[in-house]
Amino acid sequence: MKSEKLHITRHSSLVSFLRAVAAITWKDLAAELRSRELLSSMLVFALLVILIFNFALELDVKTRSTVTAGVLWVTFAFAGTLGLNRSMAVEKDRGCLDGLLLAPVDRSAIYFGKAISNLAFMFIVEAIVLPVYSVLYNANLFNPGLIGVILLGSVGYVAVGTLLASMAVQTRTRDVLLPILLFPVVVPVMIAAVKASSGFLQGIGYAEITPWINQLIVYDVVFIAVAFMVFDYVVEE
Amino acid sequence: MKPQPLALKILNVVSAALFLAALAMVFFYAPLEETMNYVQKIFYFHIANAWIGMLGFLVAAVAGVSYLRTHDQKWDIVELAAVEISLVFFLITIITGSIWAHPVWNTWWTWDPRLTTASILEMIYIAYLLLRQGIEDPDRRARFGAVYTLVGALSVPITFLSIRIVSRTIHPVIIGTASGAAKGSFNMTPLMLHTMFFCLFAFSVIFATLLWHRIRLGELAQKIEQLKLKVLQ
Repeated sequence: MKSEKLHITRHSSLVSFLRAVAAITWKDLAAELRSRELLSSMLVFALLVILIFNFALELDVKTRSTVTAGVLWVTFAFAGTLGLNRSMAVEKDRGCLDGLLLAPVDRSAIYFGKAISNLAFMFIVEAIVLPVYSVLYNANLFNPGLIGVILLGSVGYVAVGTLLASMAVQTRTRDVLLPILLFPVVVPVMIAAVKASSGFLQGIGYAEITPWINQLIVYDVVFIAVAFMVFDYVVEE
Repeated sequence: MKPQPLALKILNVVSAALFLAALAMVFFYAPLEETMNYVQKIFYFHIANAWIGMLGFLVAAVAGVSYLRTHDQKWDIVELAAVEISLVFFLITIITGSIWAHPVWNTWWTWDPRLTTASILEMIYIAYLLLRQGIEDPDRRARFGAVYTLVGALSVPITFLSIRIVSRTIHPVIIGTASGAAKGSFNMTPLMLHTMFFCLFAFSVIFATLLWHRIRLGELAQKIEQLKLKVLQ
């Protein structure tokens, strides 16, 4: 009887937690749907990065096949920092973060809400960049393996990025600090994602790609867990 | 400021003596290596420096976790001290390694797992110091520092493993393998082993001494900060 009651309360607390996460994600998506300032800047920036790469690397047919994965991931990483910075700065500037913290929900719900909306923005940017890149360079990027790698890599990137962005916006040097904090610790994601992506693009056997996929999964799990545990300390006042 | 406790004064003298003894052992006790001659002598201090860098990295991670658990400012001071010492010693490791690699590998630098990981670790330390610089509130600075140390402590081993999968290392693995002589490996004679372990021991004592001094400095800085706040109010 008692355990059943406990089970019910636990169940309802999980439901209310998920509801809080969904509410925060929804808030971000709705705000973005009206202003479109974050997505448009991320997108334009991503396209500009590809444009610059075109001239910097002279992406002719021969070099293209080997550097495509690298170019894509650098583009995602740069556009991602832009989005992460903006999404947390908006909260800080208008005092919204304090409002969110006053809400009677678990603080980690705020983290997951923000992380999921950041992830959604990143997916949207990736979903536009990939076909554009395919058309511009006549490369077929619609490879289920590649898309899986992009999903896994983005999750790890955003998991750490959301945590570090919420630290960076609370410092004096906030705009420049995020990439400096983020890039050295997402190196494992970048290495694994680039290797796995270029593996799929060049049609290397699955056995050689598996270690990279495993590594991406390990990184995702470890850093989601860490962010979940320490987010409280980051927003504590 | 409180005068140095007697134990620290003794440690100062002991560290200096051990350092000189280690230097003497490297040059007069350890035999010359067959192919690399005098170049190989840097190995003893290179290993010892890398060891101190690793020790500092571990101490910083433990202090970071302890801070998050206890919220005791003392752990923040330990963490900063360990990070700074580790930063300097890894830098020395990279430089001594380059000096050695130039004649042996015929290049100053290669993107080998250990070299790359060491340089990324340096970047994380510099980012850590920049992060701290941008925060005035000491409590928040300590919290963010601890969180970032934790994130760094978890990502660095994954980085090392992932680079290890990419490239087969050319860095010699001295301990536990007999192969790879072409890459600059060598088999150690007992005299060389004695020297290496003595250097590791000497540098461990030096690490403890430096850490103690840096913690005292950190306590002093904390006191000054508190006085400043008092004056401002």
